[in-house]
Amino acid sequence: MAQNKLTIPGACIIGGSAGSLDILLEIIDAIPPDCKYIFIIIIHRKKDGESVLRSLLQARTKLPVIEVEDKDPILPGRIYLATPDYHLLLEKESYFSLDYSEKVHFSRPSIDVSFESAALCCGEATVGILLSGANEDGASGLKLIQQCGGKTIVQDPDFSDASYMPQKALDIIKPDAILRPGNVKEVLLPFLQY
Amino acid sequence: MKSWERNMVNDEELEMLLEELFRACGYDFTSYAKASIKRRVNRLMVIDRHPSFAELFYRLKHSPEYLKHVVEQLTVNVTDMFRDPAVFKMMREDIIPQLASYPVIRIWHAGCATGEEVYSMAILLAEANLLHKCLIYATDINPSVIINIQKGIFPLSAMKQYSENYIQTGGKKDFSEYYTAKYNWAKFDDSLRIKMIAATHNLVSDRSFNEFQVIFCRNVLIYFDKELQDKVLTLFDESLENRGFLILGSKENLIFSPIAKKYKAVANKEKIWRKIS
Repeated sequence: MAQNKLTIPGACIIGGSAGSLDILLEIIDAIPPDCKYIFIIIIHRKKDGESVLRSLLQARTKLPVIEVEDKDPILPGRIYLATPDYHLLLEKESYFSLDYSEKVHFSRPSIDVSFESAALCCGEATVGILLSGANEDGASGLKLIQQCGGKTIVQDPDFSDASYMPQKALDIIKPDAILRPGNVKEVLLPFLQY
Repeated sequence: MKSWERNMVNDEELEMLLEELFRACGYDFTSYAKASIKRRVNRLMVIDRHPSFAELFYRLKHSPEYLKHVVEQLTVNVTDMFRDPAVFKMMREDIIPQLASYPVIRIWHAGCATGEEVYSMAILLAEANLLHKCLIYATDINPSVIINIQKGIFPLSAMKQYSENYIQTGGKKDFSEYYTAKYNWAKFDDSLRIKMIAATHNLVSDRSFNEFQVIFCRNVLIYFDKELQDKVLTLFDESLENRGFLILGSKENLIFSPIAKKYKAVANKEKIWRKIS
């Protein structure tokens, strides 16, 4: 069976839904430009032909922002954006796979699916971040990241536009850190072994 | 063993399962993308309520019915009518008119699952008055979905979305003219089906069986590893006439495959390629 051929120091995987954009932009701003981690963003959103979100993120960072196509290689220092209407999986052979199977929590991409995949692929080198949202997607995946030895960060429900999603996570795990608008940089950087 | 490991298979267990499936029924899933097939197995553990991999494996080894069920559940059968309407708009406006001069138009929908896309194409061909001289081959690895293609019955609840998709392809008719609603199901008109040939075909192990002007294989390659993708693309190349069209899923690509140099992108975003040599 395949050995883990990943050549990255770690994977920071971020899940968000309703009300998560502002803090996501703060996260993007906080990433050091020479960071070798990969960042994977799973946001519930509608298909838009030109990917407005990708352009929006790219305008704020020097790291390449890539909307993932099937079998795209996993390369250090990149920001990967989950493609609308596909689940996004990480392969140990160091590439992504897309998956068009059933929706999970009414969502495709589902945050749980990608969190679980990252946990199984990257183990303790995983940092999972769950942001604002009005859906229970992400909580069980974040728990698995923790169980596999990775780190977990949850947006403070009291400082989230939609508190349901981060609260669901706090109901089942005690995360390593709590994220609030304004403290993103000091919370995030220590987890990137930077 | 940690609690979460009990309902998730590890790499060795996955390998064992895939070997058993090959041994017992000849289906070779070993070149499927690992993370993806593993997720299907984990999903099976949950929906069939197996407390451990050992239980799943035992049942698989001792029940032929369960074996069949596992094969059906490992393959993804999710599909839509006129999915990515821009692709079908392009088919309607640019590609289908170029097919009109062929005496017989042969189209292959490879890995078509429950056949929504096959019916989508049949509708476009009927509207172009070409359906009568088409042969539409609809194949899938999964025998149970083939029966559905032959029946032409789809959930009524999906029709609103399909009707919107149809309009976006430039469809001018009332979409509901194409089906009869009964209870929760929509049964599509028999006239769409007369030129369809539905059969099982396994892209991993079966060979080419005809020459086609058009091959559709959308959102199937994503489940394969790169090596198998290359092998299947080569199979398509051997099955496609010169000047024929190959249509892949919107996030699939052939540019890194061995057949790339023989193909020219007709529409980059729509993932339509034409064989040029």
